[in-house]
Amino acid sequence: MSIERMGKIGGKFLLLTIMVTMVAMLSVSCAKKAKTPEEYKIGAIFASTGPASMLGLPEKNTAEMLEKSINEGGGINGTKVKLVFYDTGGDATKTVTATKKLIEKDMVDIIIGPTTSGNSLAIIDVVEEAQIPLISAAASVRIIQPVKTWVFKTPQTDVMAVEKIYEKLQKDGVKKIAIITVSNGFGDSGRVQLKNLASKYGLTIVADERYGGKDTDMTVQLTKIKGTDAEAIIAWGTNPGPAVIAKNRKQLGITIPLYNSHGVASKKFIELAGDSSEGTYLPAGKLLIVDQLADTDPQKKVLSEYKWDYEASFNSPANTFGGHAYDAFWIAVKAFENALKNNREPTKEAIRDEIEKLQGFVGTGGIFNFSPEDHNGLTKEGFVLVKIEGGDWTLAE
Amino acid sequence: MMTLSLMKKPLAGFVLFSILLLLLPFTVTNDYYINVLIIIGINSIIVIGLDLLVGYTGQISLGHAAFYGLGAYITGILSARWAWPPIGGLLISLVMVGILAFLIGIPTLKLHGHYLAMATLGLGIIVFIFFQELDFLTGGPSGLVGIAPMSLFGIPFDSDLSYYYLVSAFLLATLLLSINVVRSRVGRALRAIHGSEVAASVLGVNISRFKVGIFVLSALYAVTAGWLYAHYITFISPSSFGFMFSIKLITMVVIGSLGSLWGAIFGAALLTSLPEFLVVFENYETSVFGLILILVMIFMPRGLMRGLEDLIKRMIDLGRQNLKERSPTS
Amino acid sequence: MNRPQALCYKIKWGPDTGPPRYDHNNMTFEQQILQYLITGVTVGSIYALIGMGFNIIYNSTEIINFAQGEFVMLGGLLTVSGMQLLHLPVPFAAILAIVGVSLIGITLDRAAIRPPKDPSPITLIIITIGASIFIRGMSSLIWGKEPYPIPAFSGEEPIPFFGAVIQPQSVWVMGVALIVVLSLRQFFGRTLTGKAMMASAVQPRAAKLVGIEASYMVLLSFALSGAVGAAAGIVIAPMSMVQYDMGVMMGLKGFCAAIIGGIGHPLGVVFGGVILGIVESLGAGLISSGYKDAIAFVILLLMLFFRPQGILGKTKGERV
Repeated sequence: MSIERMGKIGGKFLLLTIMVTMVAMLSVSCAKKAKTPEEYKIGAIFASTGPASMLGLPEKNTAEMLEKSINEGGGINGTKVKLVFYDTGGDATKTVTATKKLIEKDMVDIIIGPTTSGNSLAIIDVVEEAQIPLISAAASVRIIQPVKTWVFKTPQTDVMAVEKIYEKLQKDGVKKIAIITVSNGFGDSGRVQLKNLASKYGLTIVADERYGGKDTDMTVQLTKIKGTDAEAIIAWGTNPGPAVIAKNRKQLGITIPLYNSHGVASKKFIELAGDSSEGTYLPAGKLLIVDQLADTDPQKKVLSEYKWDYEASFNSPANTFGGHAYDAFWIAVKAFENALKNNREPTKEAIRDEIEKLQGFVGTGGIFNFSPEDHNGLTKEGFVLVKIEGGDWTLAE
Repeated sequence: MMTLSLMKKPLAGFVLFSILLLLLPFTVTNDYYINVLIIIGINSIIVIGLDLLVGYTGQISLGHAAFYGLGAYITGILSARWAWPPIGGLLISLVMVGILAFLIGIPTLKLHGHYLAMATLGLGIIVFIFFQELDFLTGGPSGLVGIAPMSLFGIPFDSDLSYYYLVSAFLLATLLLSINVVRSRVGRALRAIHGSEVAASVLGVNISRFKVGIFVLSALYAVTAGWLYAHYITFISPSSFGFMFSIKLITMVVIGSLGSLWGAIFGAALLTSLPEFLVVFENYETSVFGLILILVMIFMPRGLMRGLEDLIKRMIDLGRQNLKERSPTS
Repeated sequence: MNRPQALCYKIKWGPDTGPPRYDHNNMTFEQQILQYLITGVTVGSIYALIGMGFNIIYNSTEIINFAQGEFVMLGGLLTVSGMQLLHLPVPFAAILAIVGVSLIGITLDRAAIRPPKDPSPITLIIITIGASIFIRGMSSLIWGKEPYPIPAFSGEEPIPFFGAVIQPQSVWVMGVALIVVLSLRQFFGRTLTGKAMMASAVQPRAAKLVGIEASYMVLLSFALSGAVGAAAGIVIAPMSMVQYDMGVMMGLKGFCAAIIGGIGHPLGVVFGGVILGIVESLGAGLISSGYKDAIAFVILLLMLFFRPQGILGKTKGERV
């Protein structure tokens, strides 16, 4: 049988075999060695690219910064910490794949992340089945309610953000509100909570508008709101959408107050919206107004340290999202330490138990008190309501 | 010798590919790669169908992620909201999407070229928006949780390895069906349509029927893939089925080689696993991915499968020439 | 399962409160409609501008350039850089950005479009998709992922218009779109170079026979299309902000505008863009802002089914 007689399909098949084998061999050669006991492995999955990268990138940076600083300080009881990071791109499939990679290939002890609520929900089944602790950095309350054995999260839930705004509205005697939310996981989660909690604060939603994350103009939605008898507007999204809303609101001459979500809790929003941001409100983590906090505030020290370290390392302003990763990383480290303190081998199970028992941990998002019923450990006091005045935030309480 | 003579037979490639699929898990050292292989398998099923439409029939679709998403969402909703078994989800979604694709296909496939591209793209976006907005059913942009893991006729497919074999079985079934379609009278009709629709209709080919038929078939492949995806990941959100994924699918077809079923599988395998290898480029990952697309198209405009084939043929020719030169007496 | 109460929802196609008829905030229904139309025309003008970029390249090569949206993004971001790094006033930064994006267009042609021998249209489409991914990736590294503002060209004081308002920037957007479309019409219809560009696309061989250098025409079209894309990005930036990933959506909408109007048709794209913009904005205002893109696409699909060659496109004879 001579070589040129290889039939058409046969030839193609041979080619395919060669290529698939090559891919397989590459995978084999890429496979990393098994876990060494001399280091504790923390897996991290954040959306450092893609639509949520404005949140994910500071989270990744923060985790890397902490890995470095903790190891420089001698690690956890002398054992080095190793961070294994994968980018999710904000994509559910990629997140699941990355999680499995962390569990099966890198054999990490604990996972922090992912960035978005949708991605966190996507991997809950995976981590529950693999029995590995997860500390999510995403907002949605659905991640921890109902309570899952292995799943925790650091950011204040969107419920708390909504309550902070609604408290103020109730105090101001507002009865009718208009909401405008972005069509993605963040906006949707906010929209659900805004609707659920409205009646509790005696509020009626008279307009429920949506916008696309890349829309160029929101005058249509705002015109519609202008035609209703709403007494306040609540916008739920991340930059640049809310900045466009703020501008359009001013141009349309709408005078009722505008409340934003914690999604725009960064200087960027003020820069983008300019004058139009004046007089608007938003709930934010205390990181934003650390300079205005009283010296007696228990969080002040942690917040100023984080802010200073981050800004010195990356030359860009620290934001709340990086803070979520900061809290998650430290909670993981604390859990290792406490397990060792209690003379327990820091297995996944021991780490999980220690997180659940962690009390009074002062983080950037608030003071965490975990319990078997509460895998977030924060109260709405982690948020402050701020008003934008003179291009800066001031406490509005 | 035995294997070489086997290759002359038309379906020999298929048999050998089955054996390869069977053995592949044993070559990987880490369970994690099984997971990558599963995703490759699922993508391959969609891409094979898309290749029938784009490569063999010459009709572009920039909205195939919609059918994939419909497959995932219909079974997902039935499973998460009403606890239907997966097999029921598959049957219902095949029927529903089959009818939908048929009804949409009739007016849509009358369009040509860029207009067809635009129409399919629009369909993709409309379906995507429904995933987002029908939140009482789909869970909205945050996604749908609570989809049951795969279980067929009482057999659970809960490990990655068992799921791999399940996906492989569906991939092989898809492939076998496609090989038959391509080699049959239908396949010749499709190629005639690709060549020239007018000529084909003059020759008595009912163009519309064939085009719509193949459109429905490729939609059903995508539905099957979506079904496999939903019960594997057990969580779905609209962003997995958007415009960008449709584009990625087309890219897989073209990079693999248009009008080659093996090429379709190869394209899916390559573009699905490529990010795994590009991790080393860190922040440059996305850019390198784009660069690779450009380079492949520049150096192998007919796709990798055809390109490598040409390359090997040329090498063989070269080898034979050398042989002749060295022994002029023989 | 997770939210069983949700099952009791009904599909609501309108706002929760019924049609917004009462003018508590001093805006009548008619004024609202007017406001929707103004927004629709503004947004539509942007789509039209981007669509023109598609048309230019299509007219001389019959390629759909999927990197067109990235030209828009680059125009905006280069302007930001011109302002921040070189401290240029907006007009100069804008001109610099337009020139810069033209050069990027030329590079794209030379480096990626020209090299493959005898490419099929789909090959070229994948190349432009690759290019758009590459450009987006690089831009995210150069400019980061945060959006940037550009100050409005002539302030932000709204112009009252029969009870509705027009943003000054809207006037700029519409003006630029109008100027660009008229100049392009003039260019392709009246000048020798323009006619040569058209000719080399329709009949490359015949064009060559009469001495038109096709490759030069393609180069020119990429430069021109880059310039028009950049202009669109700059003029929209004060309204929508600029961000590394804005190009996808922009390109998509521009492509639709071009197709609806009849691809390659210089005036069609304006109709296409404005119709898309108005349908979107009326859909959002009167029916549902969540479904606005779906409403727009359903109407566009229906149009395509009845006029498969676009609104102003001519029916082409089938080539056998």
